[in-house]
Amino acid sequence: MKPPPFDYVAAATVDEALEALADTSVETRPLAGGQSLVPMLNFRLAVPERLVDLNGIDELSRIEETEDGGLRLGAMVRHRQLEHDPFIARRMPLLSEATPFIAHPQIRSRGTVGGSVAHADPAAELPAVLLTLGARVRIARRSLGGEPGSRVERTVGLGEFFLGPFFSALEPDELLTAIEMPPSAPGEGTAFDEVARRRGDYALAGVAARVRLNSGGVCDEAAISLVNGGATPCLMREAARTLVGQEPTPEVIEATAAACAATSEPAADMHASEAYRRHLIQVLTRRVVSRAADRVLT
Amino acid sequence: MSRAGGTWVGARVPRNEDVRLLTGRAQFVEDVEPPGALHVAFARSDLPAGRLRGLDAASARTHPGVHAVFTAADLGPLLRPGAVLVPPPPLEGLVFHARTALPLVRDRIRHQGEALAMIVAESRYVAEDAAALVEADIEPLDPVVDLGRALGADAPRVHDDLPSNLAAHVRQTKGDYAAARARADLVLERRFSYDRGIGGAIENRAVVAEWDAGADRLRVWDTTQAPIPVRNVVAASLGLSEAQVRFIAPFVGGGFGPKIMFYAEEILIPWASMRLGRPVKWVEDRYENFFATTQERSQLHDAEIALTREGRILGVRDAFLHDSGAYDPYGLTVPINTQCTLLGPYRVPNYESEFRVAFTNKPIVTPVRGAGRQHGVFVMERLLDLAGRELGLDPVEIRRRNVLGPDELPHNHEIMYQDFTPLRYDSGNYERSLEEAARLVCYDETFPRGRERARADGCAIGVGLVNYVEGTGIGPYEGGRITVEPGGTVRLATGVGTQGQGHFTSFAQIVADAIGVTPADVRVVTGDTSEFHWGTGTFASRGAVVAGNAIHAAARSVREKILRHAAEALEVDPADLELAGGSARVRGAPDLSVDLGALAVSANPLRGAVEPGTEPGLEATSYFGPPYGTTANGTHAVVVAVDPETAMVEILRYLVVHDCGTVINPMIVEGQIHGGVAAGIGNAFYEELVFDEFGGMSNASFMDYLLPTATDVPPIETAHIETPSPLNPLGTKGVGEGGAIPVAAAFAQAVEDALAQIAPGLEILDIPLSPARLFALLRAQREGVVGGREADSSSRREPAAGVP
Repeated sequence: MKPPPFDYVAAATVDEALEALADTSVETRPLAGGQSLVPMLNFRLAVPERLVDLNGIDELSRIEETEDGGLRLGAMVRHRQLEHDPFIARRMPLLSEATPFIAHPQIRSRGTVGGSVAHADPAAELPAVLLTLGARVRIARRSLGGEPGSRVERTVGLGEFFLGPFFSALEPDELLTAIEMPPSAPGEGTAFDEVARRRGDYALAGVAARVRLNSGGVCDEAAISLVNGGATPCLMREAARTLVGQEPTPEVIEATAAACAATSEPAADMHASEAYRRHLIQVLTRRVVSRAADRVLT
Repeated sequence: MSRAGGTWVGARVPRNEDVRLLTGRAQFVEDVEPPGALHVAFARSDLPAGRLRGLDAASARTHPGVHAVFTAADLGPLLRPGAVLVPPPPLEGLVFHARTALPLVRDRIRHQGEALAMIVAESRYVAEDAAALVEADIEPLDPVVDLGRALGADAPRVHDDLPSNLAAHVRQTKGDYAAARARADLVLERRFSYDRGIGGAIENRAVVAEWDAGADRLRVWDTTQAPIPVRNVVAASLGLSEAQVRFIAPFVGGGFGPKIMFYAEEILIPWASMRLGRPVKWVEDRYENFFATTQERSQLHDAEIALTREGRILGVRDAFLHDSGAYDPYGLTVPINTQCTLLGPYRVPNYESEFRVAFTNKPIVTPVRGAGRQHGVFVMERLLDLAGRELGLDPVEIRRRNVLGPDELPHNHEIMYQDFTPLRYDSGNYERSLEEAARLVCYDETFPRGRERARADGCAIGVGLVNYVEGTGIGPYEGGRITVEPGGTVRLATGVGTQGQGHFTSFAQIVADAIGVTPADVRVVTGDTSEFHWGTGTFASRGAVVAGNAIHAAARSVREKILRHAAEALEVDPADLELAGGSARVRGAPDLSVDLGALAVSANPLRGAVEPGTEPGLEATSYFGPPYGTTANGTHAVVVAVDPETAMVEILRYLVVHDCGTVINPMIVEGQIHGGVAAGIGNAFYEELVFDEFGGMSNASFMDYLLPTATDVPPIETAHIETPSPLNPLGTKGVGEGGAIPVAAAFAQAVEDALAQIAPGLEILDIPLSPARLFALLRAQREGVVGGREADSSSRREPAAGVP
């Protein structure tokens, strides 16, 4: 359980990191918190030739308000920052609620939001939560043929970012630099819950939900996403539509939960059968959507 | 710290070793790094079964930083199968085929992780790089994976020279079960499966060897529970005298059974050091540990109980299959423990038990904390629960009707135990243990009311309460040497290794009581063959019994010597002396005293005559060997809450009433119980080794192999009953494993109780009970499948225990 040899570059700026990634003749991986990559190195499941360490890049660690009043998380913001930041708790309480479910305090102290999203693990909490919040990712690369330091940037909606298990829209020469979320609207309630074997384990299943109710108590908008509910972190659009235009009565929510379970595509593994996961998705969706709606009403 | 009555045994003495452990100063083998040490990694087989057709280590040998690569072809006379460490007991009709592994694979791979080559390099990093360069040409063979099919006529064979995968067959009986069955009012039969996992010590195995060619001596640091036997085997294998080889088992970061084994690495590392003239170090990593260190695994039981309509046991019949893995170096200890421990604290006049042991292409099975006892307890306690249900008796009531009363002890169960002596219960009070646990958990009144209230609120709450008797403190023997030094320091050396049991304190308490010092004054050395070189090791819950009583005897001898010398020095009768505060003083005239250091000087004079026939110094060595093992017992009660929607179980309360005879240090005993229960909770609910259809282990990491953590283990309440054992002067019985043994049985009963209204008739027959398995049971129950057995596990459908 020792990694094979690799070259190591400590980047001090985003441009330095992009410069290293631009040389695609050397297989290079960015090193963020290392909480997934380092175990993969030690098991020799990942064998990159070079690591670009992002930990010295201060500009990636900021939590900022965007121009439209939303939130921007630098890629190197640690889970622990999300968990304890009062600004986040006020503006995006779903992040504060869900972050303690991510592994253990030691891992949250190192693990980063950008690393978690780029890793594209369908079992991870953060991608599902960010999907529910309508997040998009900011991506940069060095411009081809341009001067060193000239960048090309693009923004991808998170719904289009995840392409498969551990597979995203990131190109080898690209770096995920930030995650942005639109501001939350009045009348919104959110909730998160999961079932895991032990506190801190990958969830057998998890559900994040956001509902917006109008003054008449009718749902205008809903988003539900699943942890371990398919091959990618996934937004359950069809199930969410069953809520829209409805009052979130127990019967309506049960129908939503059933739709969520029916349209999910969970995999079987040693910890849970597909049927068990689907059942948990239904139970959790009911509980989480109820709680999110209750939070608007109270 | 002092105590009324001046006795340390029984006191909550803070542990002598804790300062070193908690401040990071305790030495573990990983901390040992002799200058110039080389590091080892092994190239191991990924396949569980195959023929090794060729091994090309050329590019590994020339890899920069590599000093040597050794394969089976390089081992010369070392290339021979390992010893059978524990022979089977002399039982009538016994079948036992001993098969042990070569240190490195020569031609046949029998389990995943068997070592193909040893790489010695500048660093572990380089060694692992080179290990990846070893090219093994392996012809894959069909593996034996499923225990239920291992003895089938069409099963591939693990050992070609045997006619089948049968490793052993044992049958033991008492009374006449068939006759008992014929007159029974109820005969209840069930199939049970019980799976145990790894030892899971935080410290993996590790060996550092340093050959000193100038001094002609070998020094080895080894994380082992048995430093002396391992030293003896290594010396003999390398052609050295035992005195040339010093084994040191420093602080050992958990043993739990697997470190009692002798492993090939323990000889290969010293051998490489002698060959290369450099210190050599190997520290097993967590991945290796899942394959290269022994573990426990499945048993399948077909069991039957015969009772009167009043719920009195007439007899029990059990036939089971036991998975030994690829080899059987530890004999039959585990299945014999199962066979014997099944009987529990109950009156079982007729018993018929047989087992077959199967070789499979899986890592080797040897004792892990509990060592097969929990399998037996699970079967018996479940039979009682289910029979009670049929007879309208609640779990405590059916146990009340069957536990042996105090006047029925000692009790001879007539069958043979793992120590080759008849299974005898020396002492205990099983009724009191049961009643005390029932009282503490408010079984008869308060709890049922709370359960009803909770049910009305939609919460599924249940209680489980089970018993066990555990054979502990078996022979052959241990020893201890106590020396009072001229500075007044008291030194104690014993041969057992220590893995966190608190030996540095509990042994010191025994000495302190005998010679009037405090436990902090006693410097204890364990597990260093240069300090003490007779003994067998720390296993089978025997340290406090066997080593403890040897130390007690040595302390009494030293006490006599002190009194004799003090009587001379003070010119009084020895009977008028007392030992206290580190000195001998005249009773009633404490000013007339002489301290122990001064007596140590006068007992070892530099000039003058020592009386002929006496020994110098204030020192004594004693040994203790029990006639047979002591039997500890206890009752566990657990309260659980089940979320019937998610099938998740939460333990709300855990209570242990236990009797390990004389308690030397209640704090240490409670710590042992806490750790044991944690292991039991892992066994019942979390831990399972998962093998795919090709025999590959699917969860060889702590990400997927789920050890319970601090957040999964509830506070554990303990109550002590002390029935001193008549088999040794201290009256001690073992406690190291008891906490782990009955947990799954209690857990299953509690979950059934919690779900009694939601899923009436639900039967939990398989352990571990993961939430996924409980979900499948609940679903089958709803769909009306009788017995609710999970349908997707083939091993559970096979005809079980190979009964003829």
